[in-house]
Amino acid sequence: MKRFAKLIQQLELSNKTNDKIEALVDYFNYADDKDKVWVIALFTGKKPKRPIKSALLKYWAIAITETPEWLFAESYANVGDLSETIALLLPPAENTSDFQLHTWIEELHDLEGKDDETKKEFILSAWNKLETQERFIFNKLISGNFRIGVSNKMLVNALAKQSSLDSAQIMHSIMGKWNPNTITFHELINGIHVNTDNSWPYPFCLAYALEQEPEKLGDISEWQAEWKWDGIRGQIVKRNGELFIWSRGEELVTEQFPELHFMIDVLPDGVVLDGEILAVQDKQVLSFSTLQQRLNRKTISKKQLEDAPIGFFVYDILEYEAKDFREEPLSIRRKILEQLIGGLNGSQVIISPVINCKSWQELADLRQTSRSINSEGIMLKKLSSHYHSGRKRGDWWKWKINPYTVDAVMIYAQKGSGRRANFFTDYTFAVRDGENLVTIAKAYSGLTDKEIKEVNSFVTRNAIEKFGPVRTVKPELVFEIAFEGIAESKRHKAGLALRFPRILRWRKDKKADEINTLEDLRQLLQSTL
Amino acid sequence: MALIEFTKRGIYCKQGDFYIDPWWPVDYAVTTHGHSDHVRFGNKYYLCHTLTKPIIKRRISEDLNVETLEYGESINRNGVNICFFPAGHIIGSAQVRLEYKGEVCVISGDYKIENDGITTPFEPVKCHSFVSESTFGLPVYKWQKQEIVFNGIRNWVNDNINQQKTSVLIAYSLGKAQRLIKNLAGDIPIYVHNSIANLNEVITAAGVNIPETIRITPETTKDELRKGIVIVPPVMRDSRWIKNLSHPVTGICSGWMQVRAHRRWQSADAGFALSDHADWPGLIEAITATGAEKVYVTHGFTAAFSRFLNDEGIEAAEVLTQFGQEDDEENKVDLAGQNENK
Repeated sequence: MKRFAKLIQQLELSNKTNDKIEALVDYFNYADDKDKVWVIALFTGKKPKRPIKSALLKYWAIAITETPEWLFAESYANVGDLSETIALLLPPAENTSDFQLHTWIEELHDLEGKDDETKKEFILSAWNKLETQERFIFNKLISGNFRIGVSNKMLVNALAKQSSLDSAQIMHSIMGKWNPNTITFHELINGIHVNTDNSWPYPFCLAYALEQEPEKLGDISEWQAEWKWDGIRGQIVKRNGELFIWSRGEELVTEQFPELHFMIDVLPDGVVLDGEILAVQDKQVLSFSTLQQRLNRKTISKKQLEDAPIGFFVYDILEYEAKDFREEPLSIRRKILEQLIGGLNGSQVIISPVINCKSWQELADLRQTSRSINSEGIMLKKLSSHYHSGRKRGDWWKWKINPYTVDAVMIYAQKGSGRRANFFTDYTFAVRDGENLVTIAKAYSGLTDKEIKEVNSFVTRNAIEKFGPVRTVKPELVFEIAFEGIAESKRHKAGLALRFPRILRWRKDKKADEINTLEDLRQLLQSTL
Repeated sequence: MALIEFTKRGIYCKQGDFYIDPWWPVDYAVTTHGHSDHVRFGNKYYLCHTLTKPIIKRRISEDLNVETLEYGESINRNGVNICFFPAGHIIGSAQVRLEYKGEVCVISGDYKIENDGITTPFEPVKCHSFVSESTFGLPVYKWQKQEIVFNGIRNWVNDNINQQKTSVLIAYSLGKAQRLIKNLAGDIPIYVHNSIANLNEVITAAGVNIPETIRITPETTKDELRKGIVIVPPVMRDSRWIKNLSHPVTGICSGWMQVRAHRRWQSADAGFALSDHADWPGLIEAITATGAEKVYVTHGFTAAFSRFLNDEGIEAAEVLTQFGQEDDEENKVDLAGQNENK
């Protein structure tokens, strides 16, 4: 348990991905094999069964430390975590323990079904032989989640580095079904329980932003135009009777989208589709904020399934009849795709429609209507193009519509990192709400070095308060903020959140009383719902 | 009639006509210690411990009018007897004991119970009323023995040296820095920032033995620093100077590092819960030892701590002060150090 406690501490203290991966690799190099399996389970959300309610833990801690309940509450408010509050309140341990992580998990498992007195005895004796950090982890095993900023992808990268195995293969292995009580570490990362040949995805073909006039691309008849959808790019892989859904972040997300599982029955084996995971109702694409309700969830409620039904708009076919089709021209791939998917006549899996236009001008006019169908512009793909690996200039272009904009005033500033570490480069912006200012976005980029220096000197001269690394500044500098979308948000004071905000330009011509109001943004929100 | 009252300018003793650690300029300021939230510019006279005198002269101005007392020594001011007792907080820190017509009041300033190896250890003083801080007045703040913490720091430094990383400890230049130097001195050379070296100079001149350190100058090479321990004040955190060192890793030494949320909020690579303030058991131990009938709780978790004392049958009241606002814990700007660097 000591080694795991140290790992958690290292992961918590660093913000740098490389440090975290290094700490994980180090752990997987030296830790007990059974522990490693449990660490993978815990970090991917496979929680052990909880034999004890956390309210009981709190009750017992209060009793043995003779802490008044209100004082426990005050302490909890300062610490912010129940498991940790208990760990810190308890008196120093009188004994020590060399139990490994998996031993504790097994012991806790054995408590299942025992009476409260037996459970209490076990917990109190455990507390009395664990150091503070170990106690914290022990309590977390019973009552909480390990939120320590380790994504599946990061975990997989560390395992790949440690084992020299392919990362997609490991991703499939650990996302598959396995029982941490029975599988060995070696079996797990080698995917003994799954057939990794069935799952591997292709690298996505990516497009550059179109910066020139589309006329320069030549005759429109050589191009296929499609709507650019604003969702999660994904690949659906069907091989040997198994179905896998990969996101562009190279994460397996099959379990998150049950609406697409029927594909296992309708797709032939040896098919890989490229497309966009979207919220779809009556064959219409819903807003990104609707889709967001369904992202990164370990469990999905019935209400979420009803409110945000998932669909897949298919762009391309990469494998057909178990053969790699990426070297075929787009026009051929599209024909195969239409035969395959067109016949399904489904409501949730749809071929992303081609836009037929006679001229670039006609297409440009249509592009202006993108937002009305929750599209963010147009994709241009050369009909003769192969499906490239990654980003390649020339064959695929994204021709996005102009973003929304809002004029806002800077109220907080924070120093950046890397090359700009000594300058205030991260700003928080607010709009007016009656007499008050309410924050609506944080943005980093978009200014020239010269402008950054100018803003930096303003912040240094006009800082009002200091909260850790953050300065509050006199609300004076006005910026035009561009963003891609707007959504309701209970977590933000403004009641809404902007999607992908960035600084478009510094409006030196505007004063703080000329900025937009929260009402303006609310109206925009209403119009997009 | 009470011996002290809490006024706009600070803690005032009417009978003796003087203030203790005032935050507005007054004629006569009794000073508990040299941290900037307890001693300010502009008073006509200062009364402080012998060791605090060179510190405040260095940090505020050479022109201050300063009278001094040793621990246990007393003077009479308008019939009020003023006597100093060690507070154990930092070098020169004193509890101020006031006695007038048999009534005794102790203003403790900041204090800690544990002997840190360089500060004269805290001594409880019997009194009728006691003014206490409560910086860490919650039961989750319980310190480990400093030897355990220092072992942790030493292991961290050794690991860093083995991995060719530069160990940078962030510590307030008055108090925490000297405590670190005293307890970490050994085979590994200690490099200190200007503001710390300057204070060490005056403290050493006053007769306190501080182990030898090396002042960081523009000539100090990154290679040397990587093989040593670097101690800098909080103002240097996130500085370009640190970022330009060879694989720098920073460690913050502060009581707040006890709690994960505080550790994670700081952009440091390590946090060591090492404080110059009393922890929860320390506060209770100190207060019980005074036998005080009335306790005034100043800066910190004042509400929770005074409620706890009242529940325990010790009459306690929260008092609003300006102490703790430029406290010696991390995350506060060390103005003295900053000026010296310019």
